[in-house]
Order: sequence, then C-alpha cells, then structure tokens
Amino acid sequence: MPSTPYLLAVLAIVFGITFALRAVPFAALRGLRTSATARHLAMWMPVGILAILAVTALHGTITAEPRAALPALLAVAVTAGAHLAFGRRTILSVGIGTTVYVVLVNAF
Amino acid sequence: MSLPASLPASVPASVPATRRQQLAAGVRDSFSAGLGILPLGVALGLMVVQAGLPWWLAPALSLSAFAGSVELLVVGMAATVTPLGAIALTVLVVNFRHVFYAFSFPLHVVRHPLAKAYAVYAMIDEAYAVNAALPEAERSAPRLLAMQVACEAYWIGGGLAGVALGTALPGPVKGLEFALCALFTALALDAVRSRSELPSVVLAGASVAAALVLTPEAALFTALLLFLALLLARHALAARRNAGRPQEVAGSA
Repeated sequence: MPSTPYLLAVLAIVFGITFALRAVPFAALRGLRTSATARHLAMWMPVGILAILAVTALHGTITAEPRAALPALLAVAVTAGAHLAFGRRTILSVGIGTTVYVVLVNAF
Repeated sequence: MSLPASLPASVPASVPATRRQQLAAGVRDSFSAGLGILPLGVALGLMVVQAGLPWWLAPALSLSAFAGSVELLVVGMAATVTPLGAIALTVLVVNFRHVFYAFSFPLHVVRHPLAKAYAVYAMIDEAYAVNAALPEAERSAPRLLAMQVACEAYWIGGGLAGVALGTALPGPVKGLEFALCALFTALALDAVRSRSELPSVVLAGASVAAALVLTPEAALFTALLLFLALLLARHALAARRNAGRPQEVAGSA
C-alpha cells in the first residue's frame, strides 16, 4: 500500500504536467493569433483532429478487444448512419451506436 | 463558389442569446460527452478500489489531472509504487497531444482570467471535440464553461460511483466505453460542414493511417504531429500561390 505522501506527490506531478501542457501553448501562441499561419491552422485543424480522434478511439477499442473488431466497425457505421438519418442529434446517435456495440459484444 | 450551398453562416435560428440560455446550451452540449465520460469514470473508481488504493484517490486524481485515459494508467503505476520520474514521463508523453489543441480551442471567448484558467485546465479531448463541432457564432464563455464543469462533474461522479460499486459488482457492463468512439464519429461528421473541409479530412486520414502503421502504440500523438506538419506544408503552398496576387494573407505578423 503506497504511503499518503507518495500519493500526494503523484497528484502534484500529474496536475503540474497536465496543466502545463494545456497552458503553455496558449501563452506561446498569444503573439501569433493574428498571423496567417495561426489563422490557417485554427481554420483547418478542428475537422482533422476530430477525424483523428475518431479513428484512434476506434483503433483503441479494437486493440483492447481484438474479437470486437467487427462489432466495432458495425457500430461506427450505425452511429454515422443514425447521425445523418435522424437530424444530427448527437446524444441519440451516440446512444444508438453504443447500444449496438454493447449488445453485439455481450451477445456473441 | 460553385459548390452546392451548405449551411450559410447566417442561420442563427437557435443561437442561445441570454446568459441563461447559453448555460443551458452548454449543459446540453455536455450530455453526449457524458455518455462516454461516465462509464470511464466508473472504470477509474473500480480500478482504484481493486488496486487496493484509498478511495479518495479517484476524485483527487480526477481533480488534479482531469484527463481521462492517463488517470487509468497512473492508478496502475501508483498501486505498484512506480518511481515518480517514470510517472511524470508517462503523463508527459500521454498528455502531450493537448499541445495541439491550443491552435483552435476558442479560449478567446472567455474573458475573466480565472475562468480562462479553468477553461484551459478543463480542456479534455471531449471538451475540445464538442466545441470544435460548434459554429463560431454559437460559441460563448458561459456555454463553454458550463459544458466543461458538467463534464468534470460526470468524471468525478462516475469515479465515486465506481468506488461505491467496487466491492458490490462483479464487473461493469462490457463495451460501454465505445460511447467515446461513437461521440468522436458523430462530431467529426458535424465538423465537415462544406466541401472546403475535405482537404483537411484527407490530410488527417493520411496522418492517422501512417501513424497506425509507424507507431501503433502512440497513434494519436504521431497522427497529430504529422497532421500539423502537413497543414504547415499546405499553408506554405497556399502562401506561395497567393504570392503572385496582392499580399493580404502574408502581411500580418
């Protein structure tokens, strides 16, 4: 059982590093907000980052449970289909997709 | 523009106007993220109890890091009393991706310094993602902060629920963590508002494909790094193409 001072040190380290990683880039970019490069990146990045998050989250799910590859791909397709078919209601799409995955993974 | 007209920028039919409406919109934004965050929080709480660590570590970690996946790693490392240096390195590597969010996270909508600090502290993947899918006109400080506070509440609440369930339950329902996957899929679809977004999607696709082949263990980090590099190249290309025309983009420094 780790000692309390050790756990407190862990908490301090985790907080310090995570916050610094989030805060420092903002400080570094402050002078660049109006630069053409920063404006282009701000415009082009979100859609790409979301696509990358979607693919790596799917990859993580499949890596954690290799037998779930097919259910995961199916559930992603269902999520996307539901999202486009039912007027882009995110909670509904996420709920339907997750339900499909949970049912498939637990049933087979 | 010969493209089929996508949503014009001027359809603010449901743009929340009052502060109250903005707060409500923020909480509503958080619901879909909550579907992914809550089960993860429960998993964290269960892990803390199963690793034989004191229960308060679950909420304490959620408050100090508020970063999802890395906390699950840290619990495992703390349980075996891993040297602090190794923990610091792990946190640095796993959370380094947040560096890339600063380019496009709308921190400028938040004015108050303390609120700004909170928005930065609470800039988790889900908060970035939910916000990135919103049109610029619909963003506001109350909406952003309400969404982030709600997300943190789900995360801490889920952790406490996991601690409580720790001894009673044989195991959480398998597969609930897929909600995160589904959330990012839906938000990515929302972000593709017009055909002008397609080059970014193609570059992101190439980045993530290369990252999965090159470094499957750190795919997210590598993909973001490659994507940034490709966008910088695209910017250089666009700047060169504009060089012939009157300078308007390259001017401001």
